[in-house]
Amino acid sequence: MHDFVEAFRFIAHDGAVAGQPGLPSLSHLALETLRVSAIGIAISLAIAIPLGAWLGHIHRGSFLAINLGNIGRALPSLAVLAIGDAFLGLGLTVVELALVILAVPPIVTNAYLGVDGVDRDLVDAARGMGMSEREILTRVELPLAVPLMFAGIRTAAVFVVSTTTIASLAGFSGSLGDIIANETSYHFSGVLGAAICVAALALAVEGALTLLQRALTPRGLRVTWGMRTRQRAPAPGLT
Amino acid sequence: MTGLAPSVAAATGPVIPDYSAHSSRCVVENHFFCPEWVSHNWGAVLWPALRQHIVLTLIAVGIGFAISVALALAAHRYRVVERPTLLVTTFLYTIPSLALFELLVAPVGANIYAAEIALVSYTLLILFRNILTGLREVPREVLDAAEGMGMTRRQALLRVELPLALPAIVAGLRIAVVTIIALATIVYTIYDKGLGVPIHTALGEGPFKTELIAAGGLTVLLALAADGALVLAQRALTPWARARAS
Repeated sequence: MHDFVEAFRFIAHDGAVAGQPGLPSLSHLALETLRVSAIGIAISLAIAIPLGAWLGHIHRGSFLAINLGNIGRALPSLAVLAIGDAFLGLGLTVVELALVILAVPPIVTNAYLGVDGVDRDLVDAARGMGMSEREILTRVELPLAVPLMFAGIRTAAVFVVSTTTIASLAGFSGSLGDIIANETSYHFSGVLGAAICVAALALAVEGALTLLQRALTPRGLRVTWGMRTRQRAPAPGLT
Repeated sequence: MTGLAPSVAAATGPVIPDYSAHSSRCVVENHFFCPEWVSHNWGAVLWPALRQHIVLTLIAVGIGFAISVALALAAHRYRVVERPTLLVTTFLYTIPSLALFELLVAPVGANIYAAEIALVSYTLLILFRNILTGLREVPREVLDAAEGMGMTRRQALLRVELPLALPAIVAGLRIAVVTIIALATIVYTIYDKGLGVPIHTALGEGPFKTELIAAGGLTVLLALAADGALVLAQRALTPWARARAS
């Protein structure tokens, strides 16, 4: 318990360590972590949502969309970062590249599954009402795909926050992982304090996305948690 | 890429951590990939790390599977179990690995127990959800038929429900195994075992490309091999699925 008391003291002092004046503050590193993660998620969304939604709309490429997700899961963040470091040198660009490589597959897979799984009768009805293909996608399929699509985005966001901290192990400096990777300067209390902050940050990101998902889900699809598993069990493990 | 044309800076001195007495030019100049380094260091560096990685994964998935089966069976029978279990396992799954390992060091110590507790906690959400989905998707009529044949609830579970849930269970196991193999590379930060160790060494100086590619590549190959093995196991265990498909 003593370790945790010390860790919370470290957090309360915003990461100040006695005898180590030059260290960046905890809040600065937390904001940097968020910034690096946000850039990675934004780029991944811009690539993966159109790709997955389009493949789902034309009902093609299930092999690509699903296997992309499985391969993405097999890539260890540390190895991706390390190999990027070996060839391109570790800067923000390489870290963002690694984040995108890890975040795109789950978003594509779930956007594909979400759009592909929309009831064909609804799409036919929309077509019968005279909607263009574009309108069908943006006004019928995408709203109905929100729950599955967000499952992918949330998985990706957790990967991204986690990988941003792991980037410090590969030598990138500018995230809360810097503290965890540098026990010599910060002592164990600092490492533990940073770990608590990283965990809180990931949970906050997940919580914020859950709220956003709730706001974006069409009212007709809003059901209680227990009911959803009965009505529409997610494809095993893809969420 | 750039590694094919070694820069002058890279050639100024041996930068190689796990180098042996007979370092070749390729190793000293840190070329793209040096196969002879891999063969020289297979026995001393790569194979032990790979073996430890496999052991870490097997223990984690084994324990995680046992816990998840128990929880899923409980949730299958008593609905109230589902929601709290999902809340807790989602919470655990969300915590980034690097942080969770350190959080466990405080109460448990920097040892294999901390490593395995963290790894197990990442399998629970995946396995629990898949096993429960598999059990729930068994058609009502099949269960009625089993009851009509005079099976007890226990017999129906063992002989009807679990076999029919196997595809979903194996799907969960595949994801869990692949995820744990990837995550186990971070274990080295608290417990000096697994393929993260050579990756860390290679990052430390240089970085030494051959070792990074060899250890990183081995991690990915191990994940793909484990995934393939589970697909084959599922085919062998569910002969009826193939019969129906053909």
